Order: sequence, then C-alpha cells, then structure tokens
Amino acid sequence: MTAPRLELSHVTKRFGDVVACDDVALSVQPGEIHAVLGENGAGKSTLMKVIYGALRPDAGEMRWNGEPVALQSPHQARELGIAMVFQHFSLFDTLTVAENVWLGQAPGRPLQAVREGIRRTGETYGLELDPERPVHVLSVGERQRVEIVRALLGEPRLLILDEPTSVLTPQAVERLFTTLRKLAATGCSILYISHKLDEIRALCHRCTVLRAGRVTGTCDPTRETNASLSRLMIGREPPRLTQRAPRPGEVALRVHDLHLPRPDRFGTSLAGIDLTVRTGEVVGIAGVSGNGQQELLAALSGEDPRADAGAVQLLGAPIGRKGASARRKLGLHFVPEERLGRGAVPTLTLAANLLLTRHEALRRLGFIDRRALRSQAEGIIGRFRVATSGPAAVARSLSGGNLQKYIVGREIDAVPRVLIVAQPTWGVDVGASAQIRAELLALADAGCAVLVVSEDLDELFEISDRMYVIARGRLSPSIDTHQATVEQIGEWMSGLWPAPAAEVIP
Amino acid sequence: MNDLALLLAATLSAGTPLALAGLGLCINERAGVVNLGAEGMMLVSAVTGFAVAFHTGSDLLGFAAGAAAGALVAAGFGFLVIWLNTNQYATGLAVSLFGGGISAFAGIDYVGRQLTERLEHAVPGLSRIPFLGPALFRQHALAYGAMAAALAIAAFFYRTRAGLVLRAVGESPDAAHALGYPVRRIRLAAVALGGALCGLSGAYLSVIYTPLWVEGMVAGRGWIALALTTFASWRPGRVLLGAYLFGGVTMLQFRLQAQGVQLPSEFLGMLPYLSTVVVLVLISRNPLRIRLDMPASLGKPFFPGT
Repeated sequence: MTAPRLELSHVTKRFGDVVACDDVALSVQPGEIHAVLGENGAGKSTLMKVIYGALRPDAGEMRWNGEPVALQSPHQARELGIAMVFQHFSLFDTLTVAENVWLGQAPGRPLQAVREGIRRTGETYGLELDPERPVHVLSVGERQRVEIVRALLGEPRLLILDEPTSVLTPQAVERLFTTLRKLAATGCSILYISHKLDEIRALCHRCTVLRAGRVTGTCDPTRETNASLSRLMIGREPPRLTQRAPRPGEVALRVHDLHLPRPDRFGTSLAGIDLTVRTGEVVGIAGVSGNGQQELLAALSGEDPRADAGAVQLLGAPIGRKGASARRKLGLHFVPEERLGRGAVPTLTLAANLLLTRHEALRRLGFIDRRALRSQAEGIIGRFRVATSGPAAVARSLSGGNLQKYIVGREIDAVPRVLIVAQPTWGVDVGASAQIRAELLALADAGCAVLVVSEDLDELFEISDRMYVIARGRLSPSIDTHQATVEQIGEWMSGLWPAPAAEVIP
Repeated sequence: MNDLALLLAATLSAGTPLALAGLGLCINERAGVVNLGAEGMMLVSAVTGFAVAFHTGSDLLGFAAGAAAGALVAAGFGFLVIWLNTNQYATGLAVSLFGGGISAFAGIDYVGRQLTERLEHAVPGLSRIPFLGPALFRQHALAYGAMAAALAIAAFFYRTRAGLVLRAVGESPDAAHALGYPVRRIRLAAVALGGALCGLSGAYLSVIYTPLWVEGMVAGRGWIALALTTFASWRPGRVLLGAYLFGGVTMLQFRLQAQGVQLPSEFLGMLPYLSTVVVLVLISRNPLRIRLDMPASLGKPFFPGT
C-alpha cells in the first residue's frame, strides 16, 4: 500500500487557554473523499488552517506522501498542491472575479488565460461566473463559486472544502458531487468539511468526527446512519421539530406588482413581484443566490425605499417609501444575511448591539440606561441560550451560531408583526440551527408573519408552510410545502414555473 | 501670449515636485500604508540631495542621494508600522517632525551656498516652436520624468499582476496572506518606493527648483501631496492633474498679486487649495468609484497568523 497523501498525528493547537485541536490524527489516501464532521467550534476550521499552513500547530506531525513536512505558510502548502475553499471567503471585494482567481494562481499565467480557464471550469463543473464582475456585487453563493473555481484552476492534489454546499441548489449540489467524484477519480484527495450528514453519507468514502477538538471516531459513512453519525458528532441525536398545523390569519405583508430597476449594473432588476404573508404563517423564498434576493430583501426591509408606496403593504398600510426605522416602528423586523457588519457591529458588545434595532433602554435626549440595557441583553442571552461570557462580550468573539441566535433573538424579543429573515442558519451548527428554526416556528404560532429567504432547501422544506421561488428577479407563484417536491422546486429555481392563469400576455 | 507661455512653464515646474511626491504616496497608500511623514522625508532628501550635488557637482548624484535618503527614512517608518505595528498616523507625524529637525541640523553649513551654475533646460528642436516651446519644452528632465512616472504607475496598477497584488494587499491583507502573499514585505517595498519618489521630489526642490537649501524649504508640499493623493482617489493620472492644477493656480495668484489685483492677498493665497479640492472632488464624486478606488485597509495594522 502506498503512503497516504496526507497524514496527521498528535496535532494540537491552543489559543490561549482554549485547546482548539487536541491530539488529532487524520489520514487521507490519494483519490479519497474524506469527510471531517463536527459542530461549529469543534475545531474543524482550525485543523484545516493547520493543514493549509495558515496556522502552525503547537505539537504534532504532518506527513505529505509519507514525507514529514512543517508548513510555514499557505504559499508552501499550495506549492505542495494543497488548495482550500474557505468558509469565510478570502476574496478581494473591489477586484473582479478574474483578478481574484488570477491572484490565486502561480505567476506567469496571463489574465486572458485565467478568464478562459474560469469559463471552461464553469462549464465543466456547472459553476457559471462572469469573470468581469467585481466581487463586491456578488452574493454569498456566487462568491463561493469564485473560491471553488480558484481552487480548481490550480490543479490541486488535495482540495479542502469548508461547508461548500450551504448555498447551492439540490441540482447544483449533485453537480458539485459529480465534479468532486471526477476530481477524486483523477487521484486528487478531498477533505470535505460539513455538518450535513446526508451529504457526507452520499459523497464521502471515509469520515473523521471531531467533538470539542478531539477525534471521537473514524468510520465509513456509507455504513452509518444519520443517528449514529450524529451521536459521534454531538453526543446525542439531533432534536426533532414537532409537526405544527398552520393557522393563517389576515394578510400581514403584501407585495403587489413590485418593479425595481437594479441599483447598479451588476445587480438584478425586480419585475412584477407578487407576494403575501399572513399572520401565523411561515413563508419561504427559495432560489440560487444572485437572482434578486438581495434586492427584494432591501426593498422589504426599507434599505431601498424606491418602490411605489403601495407596492409594499404592511397590515394594509403602504410602506414602500418608508425607511428601515419607520418600518420597524410599524412592526416589521429584519434579520440580514451577513451577521457581522450588517446584523451586528463586530467590535461592539452584545449589549450595545441591541441598540441597533431596540430602543427600550434609551432615555430622554438619547442617553443610554446602561443597567436596563444590560438586563435586556441578559434576558435575550438567557431566553435563546446564547453561549457567551455575557452582555459585555464583543459580537466578533461569538461563534457564528451563537451570534445568529442572539441577533434572531433580538428581533423575536421585540414581538414583531412581521419578521423577515435572510439565511437564518447559514454556517450555523446543527444544534443551534434546530433551535433557531424552532424559535421561528414558535413565533409564527404566536401570530407573527414570518418570511424566510434561504438558499438551503432542506431548511425551507422543514419550516415553511408555503414557498415561493425567486429566479432572475421574478417570483414564482406560491406552493404549499407539503405538495412540493425537491425536484420541482429545483426546476423552478432555473425560472421554469407554470405561468399563472391570470396573467394574460398581449 | 508670452505671459501665458511663461505661466504654463511655471505651472509645470511648480507641479512636478507635488506630482512626484503624490505618486510615491499613491503607491504606498494603495498597499494600505499611510505615511504622514512625507514632509519630513522630503526635507531630509532635499538637504541630502543638495549636499551631494554641492560636493560632487553632479545633479544626478544629488537626485540619487535624495531618492536613497527618502527610501531609507521610509523604510525605517515601514519597519515601525509594519513589523512593530505602531500607529501609522502617529508614527508618520513623528517622522515629519524628526525630518524637519534633522534636516535643519544637518543643513546649517549649506544655508546660503550656491550650486554650480544652473543650465537652461530645453528639449532639442521642440523648444524652439513658437509658444509651445517656451510653454512646454523648456523643463528639467525630471518634469517629464514625473509625467512618465504617472503613466508607468497607472500601467503598473491596472495592467500588471504585481500591481494587482499590491492593490490586493491594500484591500484585504488577511485575504492576501491566506493566498500566501508576503504582505509585510510587499508593504515595506511599497513604502520604500514611495519614500524614494518623495525623496526625488525633495531633491528636485533643492537642486533644480529653488535651487538652494533653506531650513523648512519644502514648505508644506509634503502635506499637499498627501491631500492630493486622497482627493485624487489614489489614481495616478488624477494625482498628476491635481499637482499641475495646484501648481498652476499658485503661479497664477502670484502673478495676480504682482499685478496689483484688487483682491486681498489672503483670498488669492487660498485659491490654489480651494480650486484643487473643488476640481478633484467634482472629478471623483461617484461614490461607487471611490469605494472601488479606496484601499479598504488603508491605515489599518495587519497581524498575520490570527
């Protein structure tokens, strides 16, 4: 038997008092698709950064094709043939797609060749991208495509993918899996980090499970069940959502014939959007990112108040031209897609972040009642079981899942009439996801109208009562979730839905 | 007509030091480092350049010494802010004060000294064209060098991979580090190159423009170059334009004062600043373009490995 492509033994990495990786062993064969399974904070990302040379381990050994190596930098890792697709993207906002990819290549290749490479890789692997678009106008999903294409163009021998499917349609996930299988067949090893059990069982040959920095097991995922993998990962089975009977009430949010020209030439124009959400109902909007979700969310939240006043109605009142604060006063709350930067200010404390959307602790002349603010924050932390040192912790110090629980909690705690949530569980671990979804359902049961825009179809099927699909700036008719199938929604995502009977084409 | 030609010529020679320094600052700010020490670097280079030209009798050696002195001071600044992560603004101010002091001290013996006889500059042939000759073609070679530098730097930024890497480092040092680029070394190189151009500018002032050494002779041009770079939204062509605009209006208002125009001299003295800011703000008023041009990590320290 040949030496493993990659072999780690006794790898330990500490940050201060926290042990992120504790005596980790891992071995990957050539051509093997190897899953690294674990909750957020289990040490997966740290371990990958060690392999990629971005972090140096405090102890342990790494062997590449049998040879011991001590990586000093990602540069050295790439020279060995290790490529990585990051979860928190390492892209340059102001540069174009082609330039971003170019920067990840060895010198000497002309930009034109990179452009062609992007097109070719896009066609082969179903990762379509316009090389000339600047990255700052791309959605999360499109940015991930850039990262994947960048990694593939380097023809790696080991490809590390960190949660790559969170933003893909089911068809695109299948295509990506085909891609990865093809790639593995050429002898390239793949490290696939995920907490999605179904995907790991469908794709991976072997699986190493991490919990709290330690390896809790190595197995063949095709022979395991979701329950057995879950036990290895979180020590118990995942919580189940209880079935609920929706009791839709009056129309809370109504969008009628909303047209919006795109804000810049790289955006998506919205055309004839019709949408209703009733109280007591969870409505989902599915779609591949970059199809108008950002524009629709901006028009609904009030960030973009250009719509006709009557095109967006909240409980019968026209709000199309009102700003975000005015809408919030009327009972429409919003959880944006980006947690750090839009949902929360990274460097402010959790308590101070409350003041972004909540004004209960403000006194006359805008003075802050610090004690009231702290106890309000403590209330949210306690009610939504946010794992943190307390209200004085800065937002950035929380893990993605905990911060999301706090932000969603902040809006739910305000008792909104309508809550709009974008990507509620993007990059959030299984336990926290289940909790956030359960909170959204409970909120709907309490009579709130909940609109969830997500690229995670499983999530939408799990929590929404009705679904719409957005594609190229147009919105499909709605469909009851229990009548919909994944295949059908996937088809709608490419813009192929039956025309509504009422629409007469002249 | 003749007056206009002379005014244009004066504009070019007054704009050249601003252009050189502004282009240099453009390079290091595109890499994400603000160097407020420009004034100090230019003073150190001015006295170094003057001294070398005085002792050797060679302007060329004077320029080389000035550029080297600028690069050296900038490299010291770079080491402090890039490796020791001292605050860029405070360190830059310190360099500025330090440069003013040490250049005054080192230059005591050179005050009032004369360089060898200055020659008239002329581009062969072209300088004899009526009007255009005296207006454009009787400049020192460095004046044309500044124009060429603006073109070259623009091509570097927007047409080469190295320029792209430089911009990437100023945009997101963390992402550049993750891709394996040596962020600190790239920043140091950019800072040193910027210092060399500022140094060349200082040496041009003391060896060609004035040409003599007086304490504090840079007279705020370093600060103006810093402001120009920002108002020109870090684009080399606009830096050049802003420099000539500032130089031109300065010369114009001198002339107006000399002719006894009935306007307070304080008002006239304000004109170069006002007109340059207004024009550059009008040119770069598209917020999206500014966002694309501005180095996102400008002035922020970078800690690798966290």
